[in-house]
Amino acid sequence: MLRATLKSLLARKVRLLLSGLAVVLGVMFVSGAFVLTDTLGRSFDAVFADAYEGIDVNVAGKPKVALSEMQGEPVPTTVPAATVQRVDAVAGVAEATGVVTTDGAQLIGSNGKVVTSFGPPQLGSNWQGESDLVKLREGRAPGADDEIVVNAALAQAGKVKVGDRVGVQTPLAPKQTFTLVGVFGYSGDRDSIGGVNEIAFTTPVAQRLLLGERDVFTNITVRAADGVSDTRLRDDVARTLGDGFEVKTGAQLSADASASLKEGLSFFNKILLGFAAVALLVGTFLILNTFSIIVAQRTRELALMRAIGASGRQIIGSVVLEAVAIGLIASVLGLGAGIGIGALLAYVFGNLAGGLTLAGIGVPASAVIGSFAVGLVITVVAALLPALRAARIPPIAAMQDVANPDRPLTRVTVTGGVITGIGAVLLFLGLSGTAGGSTLAVILGGVLFAFIGVALLTPLISRPVVSLLGAIFAWSVPGKLGRLNSGRNPRRTAITAAALMVGIALVTGVTVILDSAKGSIGALARDNIKAELVISGASAGPRPASFDPAVLEKAAALPGVQLADGEYGDMGMVDGKVTWLAASSDVTALQRIFGAKATAGDISRLGPDQMLFSSDTAKSRNVSVGSTVTVQASRGEPRTYTVSGIYESSELTSPVQLPPQAVKDFAIPKPNQGFIQLAPGARVADVQPQLETLLADSPEVSVADRDAFVAQQTGSLDSLLTMIQILLALAIVIAVLGIVNTLALSVLERTRELGLLRAIGLRRAQTMRMITVEAVVISIFGALLGIVVGVGLGAAVVRALKDEGITDLILPWGQMGLFLLLAAIIGVVAAVLPAVRAARINVLGAIAHD
Amino acid sequence: MTATVGRHSQAAARANDVWKVYGTGEAQVAALRGVSAEFERGRFTAIMGPSGSGKSTLMHCLAGLDSVSKGTVQIGDTTVTGLGDSGLTKLRRDKVGFIFQQFNLLPTLTAQENILLPMSIAGRKPDPAWYDTVIDTVGLRDRLGHRPSQLSGGQQQRVACARALVARPEVIFADEPTGNLDSRSGAEVLNFLRNSVREHGQTIVMVTHDPTAAAYADRVVFLADGQIVSELIEPTADTVLDTMKKLDTPVEVAG
Ligand SMILES: Nc1ncnc2c1ncn2[C@@H]1O[C@H](COP(=O)(O)OP(=O)(O)OP(=O)(O)O)[C@@H](O)[C@H]1O
Ligand SMILES: [Mg+2]
Repeated sequence: MLRATLKSLLARKVRLLLSGLAVVLGVMFVSGAFVLTDTLGRSFDAVFADAYEGIDVNVAGKPKVALSEMQGEPVPTTVPAATVQRVDAVAGVAEATGVVTTDGAQLIGSNGKVVTSFGPPQLGSNWQGESDLVKLREGRAPGADDEIVVNAALAQAGKVKVGDRVGVQTPLAPKQTFTLVGVFGYSGDRDSIGGVNEIAFTTPVAQRLLLGERDVFTNITVRAADGVSDTRLRDDVARTLGDGFEVKTGAQLSADASASLKEGLSFFNKILLGFAAVALLVGTFLILNTFSIIVAQRTRELALMRAIGASGRQIIGSVVLEAVAIGLIASVLGLGAGIGIGALLAYVFGNLAGGLTLAGIGVPASAVIGSFAVGLVITVVAALLPALRAARIPPIAAMQDVANPDRPLTRVTVTGGVITGIGAVLLFLGLSGTAGGSTLAVILGGVLFAFIGVALLTPLISRPVVSLLGAIFAWSVPGKLGRLNSGRNPRRTAITAAALMVGIALVTGVTVILDSAKGSIGALARDNIKAELVISGASAGPRPASFDPAVLEKAAALPGVQLADGEYGDMGMVDGKVTWLAASSDVTALQRIFGAKATAGDISRLGPDQMLFSSDTAKSRNVSVGSTVTVQASRGEPRTYTVSGIYESSELTSPVQLPPQAVKDFAIPKPNQGFIQLAPGARVADVQPQLETLLADSPEVSVADRDAFVAQQTGSLDSLLTMIQILLALAIVIAVLGIVNTLALSVLERTRELGLLRAIGLRRAQTMRMITVEAVVISIFGALLGIVVGVGLGAAVVRALKDEGITDLILPWGQMGLFLLLAAIIGVVAAVLPAVRAARINVLGAIAHD
Repeated sequence: MTATVGRHSQAAARANDVWKVYGTGEAQVAALRGVSAEFERGRFTAIMGPSGSGKSTLMHCLAGLDSVSKGTVQIGDTTVTGLGDSGLTKLRRDKVGFIFQQFNLLPTLTAQENILLPMSIAGRKPDPAWYDTVIDTVGLRDRLGHRPSQLSGGQQQRVACARALVARPEVIFADEPTGNLDSRSGAEVLNFLRNSVREHGQTIVMVTHDPTAAAYADRVVFLADGQIVSELIEPTADTVLDTMKKLDTPVEVAG
């Protein structure tokens, strides 16, 4: 029995190759994701372990505002210089060094542009001299207030050399000019650690530019005396300093830093696995179809086996065994390909991240286990249904010529209806927000059920739709034959089309959502922001772009400018609760530019001890005009404000509004965006160039008219869409394999019939055309289904997001037309091989074919 | 020579008042109407009759490939009627062998593998001496490694015969085993079947259209319109032909 199974498997290896390929691609995605994240994770570990190597114990101030990972990077409190002496005096301390280091010190390169970075921080620090880790390569240490040194990576990126006069800007200070007196590197002849760019100043300058205070440090690094353990010393230092400080060992520090990056990585991993799941879902359809067709083709063979004594269970066993064999082979190939892809992506990522030194490519157990589990389970599950069907073949079928009995579709349709219903209910629950904590799982479950349900309904839909689609081609004999063929086995056509549906539905759904979001944001900005010009910039790295506030005063004085407002923001706390704090340089902008309406008190003016609330926030925090609240910004001491007004909440307003005096305690005390309202009659074209001149020294931002601003704001959605489309393309590629496979199998099945057609005079080209029509009809049917389902899913999500400000449902007609065209092309491409094969059929041989 | 068959010796297969009705209402066809027959052990019985008379149906019912509408079927001491799938599977493994008109062999397996397939499905080893005897009798020793597509039609049918024989079933059913063969290859197969009855005591029930083929049998049963209408013992081609001519002129048969 085993022998017979393996033999028949070998005999059909080509047929199974394609369906196996689908599993290979899915498994590749899974193992690739694991390999990539494992490799990057270990690389980060190594980088941080290295960077913190010389630190035995570290002392830092507790952040004023404790933020979770999702809320952003907390800003640590500074440590007074006196504390350094206190730490130095602790028994067991060999040396305590005050360190100034913050993210966001940007070098203006020789081309006048800020040197940007993708991900890794841009550190500014105080020069602490050479060490085991840090070595000057050229020049000398900074000695005067206008001297800096930079690391070699930054010197290269900015194309600057020792002796140059270079600009530097920090979150606290606008651009200033320094002399570059040295370039340093790191042990092991590295230009950078983990892609980090670094600028080092003299200590007083670093304190002023990076911390905004004198005689304070970001943290204190401690080296232990010989024989004193890190943990002992940590506890001793912590006891001496008391509350208000975070004292950690170097190992802890490196583990923490690495852990926060790894959290991001695991999120990334989940996204990749999500796409792998889509690919595998499509692959499942494909395998199911292949096995169904093979079982149908082998009906007589299987019946013969039954007639000579094979039990139903043995038949199931033989089909499942085939599935296991294919699953195993596909898993091995997929794992191999995944390791390759993972390594390649890690390499690309390492380079993008500015030369992250990669740890060796690792194949974690999760990749191996995941690959085999996924590959085997998917294949076997997909083969189970056909296996059960095979077991039900009666032995008498060996003597009958029943190639494809047309079974009624009632059961599959009813099941499909029920499953689609379950999917719809789950989607409704998920989107209406009644599912609580498991919302995402419920929505994903709903989408999955909806796909499977629609796939089951497809055979029923396929009859009318396919005959309608086919009517387009009915003018020629091959076209007519092709159309009849595609309507011949509704289940087969349906599953093939359903595989294509999944990919197209997801792309369409995502496009509908993102286009609607884009449209809604655009409409909001166009209709409600009464500013003709906007100053803003794409953020380089984690911190938003900002500019010199002095620009605003000069802009306000320009002829034709009626109002120049700068918007500041900070993640802080209001009465102990984390809240986004906003401040406008001109408080009247709230009404004059953003159209806010007062619901209580006065919102047109704001004293230094007064603040405003949005109506929603006022309600949830239970404050009213006259209440006093305590606000803690990222830095400085908590302050008490009196609520002097409440404005109606809208998409454009922030939860609370502080007076401009408060921004000095913000993490970035510089405006992130500027809104310029022109006087009646003034022209954008006149004012814009003058603003550009004013912004010459603020290289992070640019000035744009409102449309360009909207495009800038929604630009990230466009790149998100492109990324999702690229990832979903894999699912579509697998679906194309599915069409090729179905056609190839059908051609094989109809060898005799094709031979007959050729014998009675169908020409080669006509034969090929017939197959092509069949493929095109199937793929357009799949695309149509996908578009309909995708629009449905997208519209449901858009409706659910109404409260989040996505008010317009925008259908991407152009895209949808493109998908149909793409489907037609896919059909033609998929038909090439099967059509050639069909055309090559030897007439005599085919008629004798058994 | 022929194993002596006594009146009370047990039949290898037996049909008791078997009815087989296909379809319902207007489209109803009674393919068998109350057929009762016994097929003795160690004998070669042929079933003949005009096309559509129910020969294949009777054979399928006897072999447990199809269910009966009324009546019972027995193979040896097993009552086939009413058996479930596992019972039928066991019956096919242990008690019956088949030879079809065509599509007898799995195209992916060699002749030898095809012959041994029922044994390997049942997880049994063939008796080597018996296997050798069968192979020698079919005369295919030099073709054992060939695939069906590399064998002639007659050779393929001989492989199918060998496959049916090697498990020594209680009874072998053959539905027009020579229907697709020319007279010479047909004769080879029929000789082989008769020898296995004469020399090895095998029981065979064969459906055929061909009087010459029927003449190889020990006994011929004639079917018409779903009923047994006549019988010949020790038939010759001529007696069979005569009986068939008689059947062609409609006869009133007592039901
Ligand atoms: N599956 C079926 N459904 C309906 N009627 C059937 C079916 N199988 C056979 N019949 C009918 O039963 C009758 C007997 O058929 P059967 O195949 O037994 O004839 P036969 O004697 O073997 O004929 P032939 O010599 O042509 O093979 C015929 O009238 C046939 O139409
Ligand atoms: Mg027949």
